[in-house]
Order: sequence, then structure tokens, then C-alpha cells
Amino acid sequence: MAEHHSESLYMTIFYYLLALTILEIIAALPNYATWLKASLLIAMAVGKASLVAMFFMHLRFERLTLGVIAFTPLVICVFLVFMLTPDLGAIAHKTTVPAQHTTGAKH
Amino acid sequence: MSEAAAMHAGHAESYESPLTPESWGKLGMWVFLVGDAMSFGTLLAGYGGIRYGSADWPKPYEVLGIWLTAGMTFLLIVSSVWMVKGLAAIQRNDYAAFRKFIGLTILGGVIFLSCQAYEWNKLIFHEGLGFTSNPYGASLFGTTFFIITGFHGMHVTGGVIYLLCIWLRGMTGAYSANNYNSVEIAGLYWHFVDLVWIMVFTFVYLI
Repeated sequence: MAEHHSESLYMTIFYYLLALTILEIIAALPNYATWLKASLLIAMAVGKASLVAMFFMHLRFERLTLGVIAFTPLVICVFLVFMLTPDLGAIAHKTTVPAQHTTGAKH
Repeated sequence: MSEAAAMHAGHAESYESPLTPESWGKLGMWVFLVGDAMSFGTLLAGYGGIRYGSADWPKPYEVLGIWLTAGMTFLLIVSSVWMVKGLAAIQRNDYAAFRKFIGLTILGGVIFLSCQAYEWNKLIFHEGLGFTSNPYGASLFGTTFFIITGFHGMHVTGGVIYLLCIWLRGMTGAYSANNYNSVEIAGLYWHFVDLVWIMVFTFVYLI
């Protein structure tokens, strides 16, 4: 039988999720380096998703093997992104077109 | 008890689920959710690939606006809290609180869907965001937006119907402190939908 979890723990997790959502919006609003913004936002989103999975979905209190199974899609998706990378490198207009546009606009 | 049951070879149906001893259904739901996570993961990876390869991808937070969806994110998080409170209520045989919190969870899902309907309506009919073309730039912007948010919206719709069934069955006294596995399994699905929205909100709206 799964143990009964205290409702104060759920509220604590709720406040964490709320705080992270507000931080995400604060991080998303200003204009700065895209890689930094993307890294910050993805880190916070993964943090929020982990909180939901660990506490609301009780993964923290389940068998470790179930946690490993639940974690698998994340690993495979990261792998998938790397598998897509060669295709992305083959897209030539990505680097040429915007450069032409900017020079064209300035002259 | 489990080992004793397992000893009786004639009673194959009493074998326990290896990872979730309290119910096979829970293991089934987890396996489904892992597969579903791959569906969403693939959509988001594809989205990332298309966007990275595009020279004129619009800035989503300028085009889509983030305040309505930030509110929707908040709503789903709150509804997740209501869901765990509903589960906690039935675990202590508090039927009134169970009906209240599951009802609120369903209401949260319905409001979420209404917001999404309002947003889609605004984007399609007032701002010209089409499935294959839009006034902002890359045509695939609309395609990926509608497929990803639509796929998630369908999950929320499914979740609302699923929870409605749980709520109605709860009305007949089907669940109690000794029998709440179905509620917990429905909760797993609902929290997963919340979890996916956290990712969709980040990738499709914020970045």
C-alpha cells in the first residue's frame, strides 16, 4: 500500500511550482543571449516537471525501477535531439539568408 | 501475503505487479505515460529542429503573448494540487472533500480548455495565424503551434472526461480508504498532462 502523504508537502510543492513559474516569466521577458535564455528556461521547466513527477505523481515514494522507466523518455528525447543535429547542420540558408537581409537593409 | 498467493500456482491472477504492488493498473498507466511522453518529446524535438533550421521564425512571446498562457499554466498547477487533495480526501474516507476537489479539478480542466479555445479563436480569426501560413514569418510556425497545443488540448479533453467518470463513480460510493487505486491512476494521468504543459509552455511560448 502506498503511504498517505501529508497535504502540507503538496502545498510546499505548489509554492515551489508557483515561484518557478514566476521566475520563468521574469527570465523570458528581457532580451538577452538566446542560448542563455533557453538554458535557463529549460532548466527551470525540467525542475518543475521533476517536482510534479516526484511528488504529485509519487515517484519519490515508488520503487526505483519505476523511476528509471519514467526517466527513460527524457534520455531518449535528448538522444533524439542529437540525432537531428546532422540534419540541422545541412540547412545552408540558415546562415546565409539573414546575413544578406541585414546587409541589404543597411545599404 | 503476496508470496503466499504466488505460491499457489493455480491462482495466476493473484500475482502482484512487480513494480507497483498495490495495482497492475498503476503500472499500466505508467507504461502508457512513458509512451505518451515519447510522443510529446518527439513533437517538441521536431519543433526544435524545424525552428533551429528556420531563418525567419517569429518570436513566439511577441506573437502569441504569454500572459493568458501563464494564467493557464497556473490553472493547471492549481488543478494538480486539487487532484492530490482529492486523492488525500478519499484516502481518509472524506467523501464530501473528495467530490469537491475532484469537481474543482474538472472545472480547472474545463476553464483551461475554454482559455485555449479563446486563444485559438483569437489567433486564427483575428490575427491570421493559419495552419499553413501566417503573417509573421515561417509557415511551419502555425503548423507546429497547432499540432503541439492541439495534441495537448486533446489530452486535457481526455483527462476531463476521465475525471468526470471517476467523479460520477465516486458519487455511487465506488471508492474508499481501502479502494482508491482508480483515483490515484487517474491522478497520474492528470499530473502528466500538467507536466507536459510545463514543457509546452516553455518551448512553444517562452523561448
